[in-house]
Amino acid sequence: MNHIAPGARAGIYHYDEIDRQFVAERVEQFRKQVERRLAGELTEEEFKPVRLMNGLYLQLHAYMLRIAVPYGVMSAVQLRKLSDIGRKYDKGYGHFTTRQNLQYNWIRLEDTPAILHELAEVDMHALQTSGNCVRNVTTDPFVGAARDEVVDGRVYAEILRQWTTMHPEFTYLPRKFKIAISGAASDRAAVRIHDVGLLARRNDKGEPGFSFYVGGGLGRSPFVGKLVREWVAQEDFVAYLEAILRVYNQYGRRDNIYKARIKILVHELGLEKFTQEVEEEFARLRGPKYRLDPEIVEGIRGHFAPPPFEELPDHSDALERAKAADPAFANWLAVNVAEHKAPGYAIATVSLKPAGGIPGDATCEQMDLVADLAERYSFGELRVTHVQNLVLAHVKKDDLYDLWKRLDAAELGSANAGLIGDIIACPGLDYCALANARSIPLAQAISARFADPVRQRTIGELGIKISGCINACGHHHVGAIGILGVDKKGTEYYQITVGGDPTLTTAIGDILGPAVTETETVDAIEAIVDVYLANRAGEGERFIDTLARVGHAPFKERIYAAD
Amino acid sequence: MKAITANRLRDGEVVFLGEGGRWVESFAEAALFARAEADGVLAAAKETAERERFGVDIYAFEVVEQDGVPVPATMRERIRTAGPTVRTDLGKQAA
Ligand code: HEM
Ligand code: SF4
Repeated sequence: MNHIAPGARAGIYHYDEIDRQFVAERVEQFRKQVERRLAGELTEEEFKPVRLMNGLYLQLHAYMLRIAVPYGVMSAVQLRKLSDIGRKYDKGYGHFTTRQNLQYNWIRLEDTPAILHELAEVDMHALQTSGNCVRNVTTDPFVGAARDEVVDGRVYAEILRQWTTMHPEFTYLPRKFKIAISGAASDRAAVRIHDVGLLARRNDKGEPGFSFYVGGGLGRSPFVGKLVREWVAQEDFVAYLEAILRVYNQYGRRDNIYKARIKILVHELGLEKFTQEVEEEFARLRGPKYRLDPEIVEGIRGHFAPPPFEELPDHSDALERAKAADPAFANWLAVNVAEHKAPGYAIATVSLKPAGGIPGDATCEQMDLVADLAERYSFGELRVTHVQNLVLAHVKKDDLYDLWKRLDAAELGSANAGLIGDIIACPGLDYCALANARSIPLAQAISARFADPVRQRTIGELGIKISGCINACGHHHVGAIGILGVDKKGTEYYQITVGGDPTLTTAIGDILGPAVTETETVDAIEAIVDVYLANRAGEGERFIDTLARVGHAPFKERIYAAD
Repeated sequence: MKAITANRLRDGEVVFLGEGGRWVESFAEAALFARAEADGVLAAAKETAERERFGVDIYAFEVVEQDGVPVPATMRERIRTAGPTVRTDLGKQAA
């Protein structure tokens, strides 16, 4: 028995009374604001910023509520609550996003205070999921479990959550501010496409510290974050970040929304000048007030103590037997399961991308099932990934076969993590008020075209990412193949980019040629894949490596030959 | 031709301006306005909707005739009148 009692939580930060009271007060405040709006005491102009501060947008069909999942980690109890809310106040499902959050698409304004109240019961809220503040800090979904982990990113993400929540100085920044932290050898948090990307590491003495990348971001002007400081000691972590935020707050442009992000400031000031400003501010701030006390860090680390792992051999006979007997399971194991730091355990990615499905959507039944499975097999906690999947981070190897069978029966067992079927797609024109074109139907058509798991594995690692407009919520710029929806005189067209990379070797993709129609896009993707397979130097060469070697020409020729 | 639309304030439901200034949920019941007339109707509708706290995000959109039936000219408005194209069990099309 390795599962903990329902309701108990491992690896989750517990709110204290201050947190709880604060959230409760905010819910009551919003309840009154909604009442005043409905009674006509507030105009829409006055009310809109208020509702946005509570994560409530107006989209095509209804209000959309965005719930924060701090650094993507939650308990089974919290997921079950999200499912309850989806059933009671929405239409039986929720949508997991690239910001490790959850969105509901059919929310009624008048229900929102009740929803926020229910969320608060499980220590959740929608604060800072919108607006020009520090947004939900994201991290590696394998945090606390990965074999290549050097530093536990949750500890520092939680410090940031506490430090930035309602920080008076950082509530009205020039623009939204997104921070990502990674503490492992490989970057699973796309740190260099964030306003601030932190790479936690250890020095020769084994002490934790951080490399700071600043000024990454996608959207209209995509930038890769630049290294501003190679090493910031743990005790200076808050001071250094505060220095960056202050420089941004002071110099960031407020006159032009398209130039307001820190990426533009870094670009316009130049890295050298920007770094100098930050260093000067840091020198002023450094001192007792901003020194991160090791005791505080240890206190928070205590919340993320490892779950009570059993002492197990790393090899599992049960696993080997199941693998030999069931090829579909063996395939899932090879694709969706990663090494765990505790012997005998593994990390399982739960794909929210069934062939032909809507990326990131989960029905309430699926959420309930994953909550049950998290309790049964993974110490009652789970994670949301920035590629719109879920992760059960601490599964005994002996249990993997049972887990997979139950997932697979609920259409959650697709073996496609990191493969061509693992598509990111923003909501696009089917839901989003800002969209130029639909994203989801393309994702569905492409994943249906490449449904065969054997074909997917033959193709290997290849991320397709789709956005319905230039805001790039679907991360298309960093897709090995990126697809951007554009509007041409009222018709949906799609622009294809290739060569994007979201890992530490971050690259923004290049446009391959003129935009094409929806049906042409699916064929074009297939043509790109064919050209890759025909040109790759052996099975080990990934799509982006082949592309780097042979260039765009063979791909262009194939797609635009008729022109 | 143009039609006028909004989201209902209290629940976000997509609504259209119908005959006699009444708001309706179905596009089939939406009133259609000649282009020249639409601006004036829109301005009046905005004013009443704010005063009566009824709708938000009020605007006019283009309508064209297809097989003798008026339909929204753009995909965006077609999706708003029907529901998501990827979930035909949701939205107005589900009713
Ligand atoms: C599933 C839904 C959504 C997801 C996953 C999402 C996530 C993201 C991400 C990852 C970016 C790129 C950020 C960057 O530049 O670093 C982005 C950009 C943006 N998003 Fe979203 N978003 C979603 C919905 C929305 C909605 C509903 C709105 C507005 C109502 C919105 C407005 C924007 C804007 C304006 C940008 C460009 C911001 C900029 O780079 O300055 N997004 N979003
Ligand atoms: S990329 Fe554009 S269409 Fe897609 S969710 Fe973001 S804002 Fe909407």
